[in-house]
Amino acid sequence: MSAILIFLALVMAVAGWWLARQRLMSKPWLEAGPVNAFPATEASLLHPAKLGLGVFLAVVGALFALFISAYFMRMVYADWQAAPMPWLLWLNTGMLVLASVALQCAVVAAHKGQVDNLRLALLVGALTSVAFLGGQLLAWRDLAANGYFAADNPAVSFFYLITAMHGLHIIGGLLVLGRTNVRAWRGERPAKLTLTTELCAMYWHVLLVVWLVLFAVLAGWAADFVDICRQLLS
Amino acid sequence: MVDVTPHGADLIPPAEVGEMDLYHPHSWWTKYVFSQDAKVIAIQYSGTALAIGLVALVLSWLMRLQLGFPGTFDFITPEAYYQFMTMHGMIMVIYLLTALFLGGFGNYLIPLMVGARDMVFPYVNMLSYWIYLLAVLVLVASFFAPGGPTGAGWTLYPPQAILSGTPGGTGPGIILMLVSLILFIIGFTMGGLNYVVTVLQGRTRGMTLMRLPLTVWGIFTATVMALLAFPALFVACVMMLFDRAIGSSFFMPAIVEMGEQSPHNGGSPIMFQHLFWFFGHPEVYIVALPAFGIVSDLISTHARKNIFGYRMMVWAIVGIGALSFVVWAHHMYVSGMHPYFGFFFATTTLIIAVPTAIKVYNWVLTLWRGDIHLTIPMLFALAFIVTFVNGGLTGLFLGNVVVDVPLSDTMFVVAHFHMVMGVAPIMVVFGAVYHWYPKMTGRMLNEWMGRFHFWVTFIGAYLIFFPMHYVGLVGVPRRYPELGDTAFIPPSVHTLNEFITVAALTVGFAQLVFLFNLFWSIRHGKEAGDNPWRATTLEWQTAGTPPPHGNFGKELPVVYRWAYDYSVPGAPEDFIAQNDPGPATQGGPATRGGPATQGGPATQGGPA
Ligand code: HEM
Ligand SMILES: [Cu+2]
Repeated sequence: MSAILIFLALVMAVAGWWLARQRLMSKPWLEAGPVNAFPATEASLLHPAKLGLGVFLAVVGALFALFISAYFMRMVYADWQAAPMPWLLWLNTGMLVLASVALQCAVVAAHKGQVDNLRLALLVGALTSVAFLGGQLLAWRDLAANGYFAADNPAVSFFYLITAMHGLHIIGGLLVLGRTNVRAWRGERPAKLTLTTELCAMYWHVLLVVWLVLFAVLAGWAADFVDICRQLLS
Repeated sequence: MVDVTPHGADLIPPAEVGEMDLYHPHSWWTKYVFSQDAKVIAIQYSGTALAIGLVALVLSWLMRLQLGFPGTFDFITPEAYYQFMTMHGMIMVIYLLTALFLGGFGNYLIPLMVGARDMVFPYVNMLSYWIYLLAVLVLVASFFAPGGPTGAGWTLYPPQAILSGTPGGTGPGIILMLVSLILFIIGFTMGGLNYVVTVLQGRTRGMTLMRLPLTVWGIFTATVMALLAFPALFVACVMMLFDRAIGSSFFMPAIVEMGEQSPHNGGSPIMFQHLFWFFGHPEVYIVALPAFGIVSDLISTHARKNIFGYRMMVWAIVGIGALSFVVWAHHMYVSGMHPYFGFFFATTTLIIAVPTAIKVYNWVLTLWRGDIHLTIPMLFALAFIVTFVNGGLTGLFLGNVVVDVPLSDTMFVVAHFHMVMGVAPIMVVFGAVYHWYPKMTGRMLNEWMGRFHFWVTFIGAYLIFFPMHYVGLVGVPRRYPELGDTAFIPPSVHTLNEFITVAALTVGFAQLVFLFNLFWSIRHGKEAGDNPWRATTLEWQTAGTPPPHGNFGKELPVVYRWAYDYSVPGAPEDFIAQNDPGPATQGGPATRGGPATQGGPATQGGPA
């Protein structure tokens, strides 16, 4: 359960940092009277949707950290054989990086009010993501063609399961990104699209990081890395 | 979501909200069925949770009938007993208590108490309910599936959960259970995002975090915990579904079943236990923290006294929330682990007792020299404290490895967890219903039915679960439909078992009085007015009762003080509402619907 505990420690560090700035030491019973300083709610100035997405991404992070924990727990058993990594995964990773970059460009374009760039960047982001998903499907077919099915080797089962989970999250994001695309191409003003573009970009960046970590875990580098650290420590 | 400019002070909820900013229902359907109003969603959640909870109650009767009078009822076979037990436990913990506290009370109280017009993402909030309903329906469907629902125990431990020896294990029972849980988690996550973000961003002006009522703190922290803990159950369910449906071996070791080699090989059942309890222990506090919060407010209001140690209460809630993520393995002492791990988890478990004990002291000190009104909510709050202390003490026993090992899987454990997470939270649920029903309907629940309900439930709960401790100490194992002629079990155990069963049936039927009261009082209850308990928090200062769509009339309230200004010396009334600017602040902004104190009859200390 080490992966999830590390992740939780991160979440708690953020929560603790935030709580530390919330005047938890104040004595509310002494503070009657009108509010003196605005913003008097002491709420952060983040847009609620961004905060909401942030919280959701923390949940997604916990989900994948738990899958990784399970992966490491299962790995130590005798019947474990590492799964082969289709080379296609490198290409897919590239696609996802492109999508992330494109969406970052979209954010910039939206802020600058450049309609054409925004449309283009959103479209590229969506298409490269679709390409990523297609690539993952091909990677599955590749494995299956070589006789690796989901049931017979736990490492392979994990591969199918974890990539499917990650893919589902991308599909969910594509629903929103698709809608944003439609709105952009129908001629909505960039100013109105800023928020949703920013949300998409944020989501994609995090899913990219998640994928990089998952890739490292599935390919076995993460385990090697942990081993090296252990040897260095002892 | 409405698009608002993402920068600057615009995000502070404006005092006046134009007509367009608020979502408005346009037809009967969107007003009462596919509603996006948190208050309607709250009632939908509560109704559904209570309905499925009744099923769980009936299942507990059936179990008790079997335990009290074994062999009398032909249809309660051992398989059926396991199914009843599993479904009872799962429904009570997840589909009733979690859904009721977070989906029901959370939805109703958070926007009202923080002074918001609604949740921040009303549409997602609506989806949350419908997915929850779907989860419940899938769960109910498993009762009618061939082979019946799963009988694996609410912990669903593999490998037995998906083998043919367990009812529903090879049929659709277990699959429906897992799918239902997965749906529940998805639905909950949608609602949970709302509760968290509304508390963080939706507060009205002046409502600082440290002015929040403890109810909101409890529900908020529990939601954060649930958001982080439920993924573990999700992962466990998905992987088990894989094992069951396509024969992978995440959890399933090599098994020869009925002379046949199963397709599984090498999986780790212990891994499931880690995942399950990583969710399962926080779950206990996910149910408990809202109860803690609500009970604090009930006690303070009905004892007309400010809560003792508000800051400490907040810190304790947050501390419990954080700590409860590092104690999960105390459920696995008997599964075998490295002794140092056992030591670590025993220690953290005992440390959690510290903030919990602080809370109990603070409740008692709040009551100390308070002007205690023995209203029904107060009675239930007191019952909660007693029961919780009781269950907490046995919990300290079980937290120690040496004591736990012999007591594990006996009726002692059943008695313990029913005290802490069964009876105690249910007491709070009842107290909260009696407390907030007048706000939800505009009428009080009938007093005498309420008192009858309280005494039968409270005394009855003790008659049911107290003797169970003895039964457990003698060594009667849990999850056994029948004891047979076991030498070490004295005849007195059988007598006790009959007694417990009679008590359980009586308590069960007393709940019908409560249900009847709920419906009867909608029309025939005493008119409640806006603030029958003369309470300080914002939900009692709304524009009308029940609060209209948008909660607060034209202008949102401005908050001037914390939630516990009761019996302030020199004040004209024995409470000062949170949005009351008070006499000292002349010229402060006039608040509409503000000081509810004015014009109210001066009923100092009268029975509220
Ligand atoms: C009238 C009230 C109740 C009665 C009479 C009752 C009775 C029972 C009985 C007889 C069992 C089976 C014990 C065994 O054979 O091992 C049981 C199990 C259980 N009950 Fe209750 N119960 C009640 C309320 C609740 C509540 C409110 C909760 C909410 C947390 C709850 C949660 C559980 C759980 C988690 C189990 C364990 C199921 C398992 O072993 O898999 N019960 N209950
Ligand atoms: Cu626990």
